[in-house]
Amino acid sequence: MQRRDFIKIAAPLATVFPALLCGLNVKAYSALPFMGGWTGEGAADNDHVLVLIQLFGGNDGLNTVIPIDKYGAYQNLRSNIAIPQSSILTLGPNDKSGLHPAMTGLRALYNNDQLAVIQGVTYPSPDESHFRATDIYLTGSDSTQYLNTGWVGRFLGQTYTNFPNGYPNATMPDPLAIQIGSVLSPTFMSTGGFTAMAVPEDVDFYSLINGITGPEPNTPMGTELTYLRTVARQTNKYATVVEAASAKVTQQYSGYPANNDLATQLKTVARLVAGGLKTKVYMVNMSGFDTHGAQVQGGDTTSGNHAVLLGQVSDAIAAFMKDLKFLGVDKRVLGMTFSEFGRRIVSNGSLGTDHGAGQPVFVFGDAANTGILGNTPDMPATLDVEAVVPLQYDFRSVYSTILRDWFCVPASDVDTMLLNNYQYLPFIKGTACNNTIDDLNNIGDSVIINYPNPFSDSTNITYTTQGGHTLVQVFDVAGHLITVLVDQVYIGTGTYSVTFNTTYLASGIYYARFQNGSVQQVKTMLKVTQ
Amino acid sequence: MSDASVSVENKMRAWPGSTSGLQPYTGTWDTPQVVHLLKRTTFGASVADINYFKGLSMSASVDALLTPTAVPVTQPLNNYGADATGVAPYQTWIGQGLLYQDKNLNASRVASMQCWWIGQMLGSGRSIHEKMTLFWHNHFAVDATAHYSDTPAQLWYNQYLTIRANALGNFQAMVKAITLDPAMLIFLNGNTNVSTSPNENYGRELQELYTEGKGVNSLYTQDDVHNAARVLTGHTVDVNYNYSFLPGNHDFGDKAFSAYYSNHIVTGYAGAAGAGEVDDMLGMLLGTQECAKFICRELYNFFVYYVDDDTVETNIITPLANVFRQSGYDITTVLSTLFKSQHFYDMVYAGACIIKSPLDFLIGLCREYAVAMPDVSNPAGQYSAWNMILQQSISQQQEILAIPVVAGWYAYYESPAYHELWINSVTYPGRNYYTDLLMSTGDMMNGTPLVIDPIAFAKSLPNPSDPVQLVSDSLNVLISPPVSASSQELLMRTILLSNLTNNAYWTQAWLAYIANPSDMTNYSTVFNRLQAFYKYLMDLPEYQLS
Repeated sequence: MQRRDFIKIAAPLATVFPALLCGLNVKAYSALPFMGGWTGEGAADNDHVLVLIQLFGGNDGLNTVIPIDKYGAYQNLRSNIAIPQSSILTLGPNDKSGLHPAMTGLRALYNNDQLAVIQGVTYPSPDESHFRATDIYLTGSDSTQYLNTGWVGRFLGQTYTNFPNGYPNATMPDPLAIQIGSVLSPTFMSTGGFTAMAVPEDVDFYSLINGITGPEPNTPMGTELTYLRTVARQTNKYATVVEAASAKVTQQYSGYPANNDLATQLKTVARLVAGGLKTKVYMVNMSGFDTHGAQVQGGDTTSGNHAVLLGQVSDAIAAFMKDLKFLGVDKRVLGMTFSEFGRRIVSNGSLGTDHGAGQPVFVFGDAANTGILGNTPDMPATLDVEAVVPLQYDFRSVYSTILRDWFCVPASDVDTMLLNNYQYLPFIKGTACNNTIDDLNNIGDSVIINYPNPFSDSTNITYTTQGGHTLVQVFDVAGHLITVLVDQVYIGTGTYSVTFNTTYLASGIYYARFQNGSVQQVKTMLKVTQ
Repeated sequence: MSDASVSVENKMRAWPGSTSGLQPYTGTWDTPQVVHLLKRTTFGASVADINYFKGLSMSASVDALLTPTAVPVTQPLNNYGADATGVAPYQTWIGQGLLYQDKNLNASRVASMQCWWIGQMLGSGRSIHEKMTLFWHNHFAVDATAHYSDTPAQLWYNQYLTIRANALGNFQAMVKAITLDPAMLIFLNGNTNVSTSPNENYGRELQELYTEGKGVNSLYTQDDVHNAARVLTGHTVDVNYNYSFLPGNHDFGDKAFSAYYSNHIVTGYAGAAGAGEVDDMLGMLLGTQECAKFICRELYNFFVYYVDDDTVETNIITPLANVFRQSGYDITTVLSTLFKSQHFYDMVYAGACIIKSPLDFLIGLCREYAVAMPDVSNPAGQYSAWNMILQQSISQQQEILAIPVVAGWYAYYESPAYHELWINSVTYPGRNYYTDLLMSTGDMMNGTPLVIDPIAFAKSLPNPSDPVQLVSDSLNVLISPPVSASSQELLMRTILLSNLTNNAYWTQAWLAYIANPSDMTNYSTVFNRLQAFYKYLMDLPEYQLS
C-alpha cells in the first residue's frame, strides 16, 4: 500500500462559515489594558482599530455637510431639496459648514472633540458608475487602474507577512480583519487571499442573520448538510477566539437605537473590540444612499429618505462611541465613513440628486482632529447640471493618513501599501502615533489665485509654496483632469506664477487645485468667449 | 405527521428521504429533476446538458444516458520524457515494451495512464459510461502504484478497457473478464494459484467483495473460499503477460460448495476443459439472491444514498435485485429501473445528500463551468490540465488506479460515515482553496492554465442581465439543496449589486459589457462581481452536495 500524505493547505479565510457564533450568555467581564500613544514600528505593534462604515449608493454630501458661507448659492442650485439655513446644525463658531439637522449625534461628537470632516474627497477623473466607483474606493486604484487586491488587504498582508501561512499565531491569534455580515468586501483581498473573516451582524441572534444559511431539514440532505457545516465550522481557525471575545462582554451601553441596522452592526464591533480581539480593521455598511428621487419630502426638506438615513448613521455612531467609552476601549478605535461618490451639486426635478464625485468623509474617535478640513465648494450662480463637487483631497490621502498617523506605519511602507505616495492630511491627533501633524490653521485663503478671471484665452495662476512637493492641477466641472501645470519640488518658501493657456478649451468653469504638503486649495476659474 | 413520528425520526441518524419504491416516476420533468439525474449519473450538470435533457422525456433521458459510448480513440501518451523503449514524447507507449525491470519508467506510464483516465472522465459527454467505469473500478479496486515492479502499465490500460466494455453489459461476463484479467491475476495472486498450493486470495475476494458481500445473509464458508480457489487454479499469465490456462496446474477434482450455494458441486475437469469450471462457479455465485442484493446495495449507495435500512431494503433493494436476476444480471436494466423510479426522483429535494467524491467534485466543476481545456492538437497542454486535476484528486484522497484497500475507497463501504469520509478538516478547506484558486488566478502547470471563466458561465444562462434570474439559474446548476428566496436576495444584493437597492444597475452593467466587452471598466465591473458570487457559492457547504 502506498503511503499517502495529506497536503498542507492554508485554509482560506474567505469562506463564510454560517452559524458561526452561538448565542452567548456568559458572566465574566474583563476590561482590557489600554495602551496610549505609541511609537512602535507599525500596525502590528499597537492596539489601534479602524472601523470602516461604507454607505452604499453615493451619499449626497452637500445635504450632509451643508455650506453656510455660500448658503445663497447652495439654495439657488438645489432649491427643491435645500435644507433651510435655520435648520442647519452649526459646528464651531468660525466653521463655514454645518450638519444636516438629523445628525445631532455627530454634532455632539464634534463638540466633544471627536469628529473630523474632510471635504471634497474624490480622485482625478472620477467614475460615476456605482460599481466601478465602489471598486476604485475599495481597491484604492486610479480611475484607469484595475487592481485585484484591496487597500486594506495590502495593508494587512504587508503588516502580517506571509499571511495566511503560519496564522493564527501567538502574536496574532485573531482575525486580521472582520467583516460584519455574510459577504467579504473586496477591500480585504490581499495577494495571499482574503484577510478578513465574516461575522454575523448580531451575535446574539445568529440564527436570524447569518447569510445564506438555511435550516437543516430532517432529510438525508439535512443530515449531510449538518455534517458539512460542522466540519466547516471546526475548520475555521478563528471561530473559537471570536466566540470567546464576544462571550467576555456581558454588558454594553444600553442606548443603541432600535430598528437601526448600522447600530446593530457597530454594537457587535464594540463587543468584539472590548472582548479583546487584536483585529485591526472592521467593516460595516448601510444601503440606500442612491437618492435619485424623493431624497427629501416635498414641502419639508428636513425630512424624507435622506434625513432618515443620515439620522441612522449619526445615531448609530454616537451610540457606538458611548459604548466604546462604557467598555473602556474608546481610545483604541477610529472610525471613518465613506461612500462610492458624492452627488451632483445641482438637484434634479425628482426631489433628488444624481451621481457625482466629491464627498465629505467623517472620521470619528478620540484621536480625530476635530475640525473641517477643506472648503465648501464654489457654487457659481449658473452651473452645469453635470457639475460635481470638485476634488480637494484624494481618497487615498485619507487612507495614507490613517495608515501613518493611526496605525503608525512608516511612510515608506504606506507608499508600498497604497502603490503611490499620497498627501498626508491633519485629521488625526499627533498623539496617536507621536507624529508631527501639520497645522493648517494659518495658511490663508489665497495660496492660489488667478488673474484675469474671468478670462478668454489664458490666465496667470499664482501660488505660494512652503517648499517641497508642489502640485497645480486643473479640472473641469465633471472632475476630469485637464492638465497638470506644476508638479515639482521647491527648496524653501516662494511665490510663483504659471500661465494656463486655454485656447483649446470650451468656455465654462474650471478649477485650479493647489497641493503642497498637507495643504490644498481649489480656485474656481471662469473661461468666457470673447 | 404526528409529533411522535417526528421525534422518532429525529432520533434516527438518517432518514431515507423517500418511502416510495421502484414504480415508474410520472411526475414533473424540469430543471431540478434533470440536474438531479445528471449529477448522479454523470460528472456535474452543465447548462447545455440540462437544456438538452429538458428537451427529452425522463424515460428517453435515462435511455440516452445508459447508451454505451464508443471506445476511446486515443491511447495514453508519453508525457514523461525519456523512454528507454524509444517512445517519443506524446506518442503512445501502448504496445511498446513490457518494462519488467524498469520500475521508474513503469511508474511514469502508470501516471500517464491516470492522466489519460482523467481525460476520459472529462470527455464523457452525455453518458453514464465513464461514471459506471469508475463505479466498477471501485468495485474491483486495485492499486497500480503498489505494483510498479510486477505489473506493466499496459495491463492497467487493458483492465480499464475490460471494465469499460462490460460496465453497462452483463455482470457475469464482467466478473469473468475481471477474474481472468492479467492485472487482476497478478494483483490478487491468481497467477500463482496452483493445485499443489492453492492461493485463496482471489477466491476470497471474489465472494467477499465482488459477488456475495458481507451482509448478514451472505453465509458462504471458509470451505467455499478454498473451493473457489481450487476452481481457479491454473489460470495465470504467461511471460508476455497474456492470460493463459495451464491444465497441469489445475486441480481437476470436484469442488463441493456449502449449503449457502445449495450444496452445488462444480465438477472438475482435467486438461483444457478445466478452464470452463469458472463459468459453472460464477453461475453458482450469481445464482444467490444475496449476490444481486449486494450489487444493488452498492449501486444504491453510489447513486442514491448510503443509508440502507429496512425500508430501503424492502422497497428498493429486494425488488431491484429481483429485476437484476430476472434480467440475467443485465446492468443497464437494473440502472434503468432505478433511474426511472419514483424513489429516485423523491430524492430531488429531500436527497441532495451525496457528498461529492473528489472526482465528482473536480470533474464536475470543470464540466459545469465548461473550463477551457487544450485540445488533442496540444497533447502537452492536455496532459498538464489532466495532471492538475489528478494531483488535486490525489490530495483530496481519491487517486484513480491507487485505491488504498481492495474493498474500495473507504467512503463507499466504511460504515457508518460512508461519503462523509471524503470531508475532514484538511480536505474541506482544501476543496475551498482549490475552487477559490480556479476562480481567481487559476491553477497552472507547465504553462497550461486551469481557470474558471465566471463571465462565460453567466453568459450560458438564459437571462444573465436580470440579477434575480442570474442568481436562481446559477443556483439551479451549482447548488443542489434548495436556497431560500431571502438568501437568494441577499446574495444578489450584497454581491452582484454591491448593496445597491436598484436591480437595474446590474442590468445596465451587464448590457454595457455585452455591448462593449473589451472596455476594461465594463469587463471588470461584471467580472469582479461574478467572480465573488461564484466563489461564494462554491465555498458554501451546500456546494459539496449533489
